Amino acid sequence: MLNLFCPICLRDCDETELSCGGQAHLIRRDHASSDKDFYEYLYERKNDKGIIFERWRHVYGCGKWFHIARCTLTNQVFGSYSAKEVQPPKSILATIRRSRVDFKGWVK
Amino acid sequence: MKRYSLSSIFTEAFRDNLGWEKAWTKRQPKKEYQIIIVGGGGHGLATAYYLAKNFNITDIAVIEKGWIGGGNTGRNTTIIRSNYLQESSIGIYEKSRFLYETLSQDLNYNIMFSPRGVLMLCQTEHELRAMKRTSHANRVNGVDTKMVGPEEVKEIVPIININGPRFPVLGALWQPRGGTARHDAVAWGYARKCSDFGIDIIEQCEVIGVKKKRDKIVGVETTKGNIKAKKVCFVAAGHSSVLADLAGFRLPIESVALQALVSEPIKPIIDCVVMANTVHGYLSQSDKGELVIGGGADGYNNYSQRGSFLHIEETVRALVETFPVISRLRQLRQWGGIVDMTGDRSPIISKTPVDGLYINCGWGTGGFKAIPGSGWATAEMIYNEQPGKLASPFSIDRFSEGRLIDESAAAAVAH
Repeated sequence: MLNLFCPICLRDCDETELSCGGQAHLIRRDHASSDKDFYEYLYERKNDKGIIFERWRHVYGCGKWFHIARCTLTNQVFGSYSAKEVQPPKSILATIRRSRVDFKGWVK
Repeated sequence: MKRYSLSSIFTEAFRDNLGWEKAWTKRQPKKEYQIIIVGGGGHGLATAYYLAKNFNITDIAVIEKGWIGGGNTGRNTTIIRSNYLQESSIGIYEKSRFLYETLSQDLNYNIMFSPRGVLMLCQTEHELRAMKRTSHANRVNGVDTKMVGPEEVKEIVPIININGPRFPVLGALWQPRGGTARHDAVAWGYARKCSDFGIDIIEQCEVIGVKKKRDKIVGVETTKGNIKAKKVCFVAAGHSSVLADLAGFRLPIESVALQALVSEPIKPIIDCVVMANTVHGYLSQSDKGELVIGGGADGYNNYSQRGSFLHIEETVRALVETFPVISRLRQLRQWGGIVDMTGDRSPIISKTPVDGLYINCGWGTGGFKAIPGSGWATAEMIYNEQPGKLASPFSIDRFSEGRLIDESAAAAVAH
């Protein structure tokens, strides 16, 4: 069972209280975008084996979205941050680097 | 290769079984092959087998990161059925089920195919309506299924509780020709026959890079050195995105852990496969007497091959309500596999942006049933350098072109 910190309620929540919203920091496209951009937004996912940044929603709590950094192989969680961030904050990247020396940083 | 037969059993019985050969030869990679198949699971081995059998190509290497049958081929709940809704899905899954019927004879390896019947329960009005639609679609496309009422369900599966309380059984879609097979034997049988054709099966060999020359594939980089090839096919299920990343493109796929479990072995209580899609659980009994139970996939991407405990609880809770007799059983084993989910829950059998590189992935939670058909269609695509009739609807372009093959109702797994 994953146990994630909700940065809005400021408390730890079990996986059963939450719902995963997939890859974070996607660039939202609309009808004015090119077909290629829209396809990327709608379907293409990084699906990395390793560190990922993803969206979660505290459905059975405050109902708000937030972001986390997690390793998909070990399920180690490196911290939560606000859904308003357009890219992972430096503090989270530093936390990841402390336990993963080979971490190359966030790729768009 | 020595044929398995009644006389070979007799002969071996009289000489302490010392004459049996290894089922397949473990090889080291050569410098170059005509075709490299990355992934030595059922789909990869079947692809290599049908390339050799249907098209006489044997200069093939099947590269496997772990060991043969150690991935999803050995981790599923062994269900075989073809009761899908869309014409293109029915095409490939029915081809597959048909090939399964004679696969033991074809491979000279007992895969223990048991057409014991698959029952898909309808436990809500909406599901009943959806299944009726599926049964009509099946009939139009020549798949032998029919709708049965609650009383007939009780007759087929006497241990079932059809009265609810939460989800009473309103009917079911019954495919008498569906069933189960021994999953390991499918992988081993294909591996043995591939090896017999002279195809190199290379285990413990991980692909760590893709060699390209001007958008054309020229080979792969592996933990056992570089191997050149004119054509490469990725058949890596949950790790398809990792390989695609090495080749420089992204896939419309997300990998999640899907779990299954078996109970302690008991006397025979159920002689068909029951799938309860509304409550997300499915059940059959293995020849050893264990109840084989499958359930929901994790709600988030991961490669952990473990899965969350809460999904086991959910699955078992639902099944205990439908089959009260199993409530005192203990769990014997639990395991997980990494499945590759596409948005429309249909597979991808396609060419890729890299010339000479093909991909077969996206089977999600239901790849085992499709092994022979998928191998058949992929072999055809690799040989002709373009997908044939079976594979063409499943090309990767379908997402950008908007011709999705929606099968989310056909899968029994929560996703």
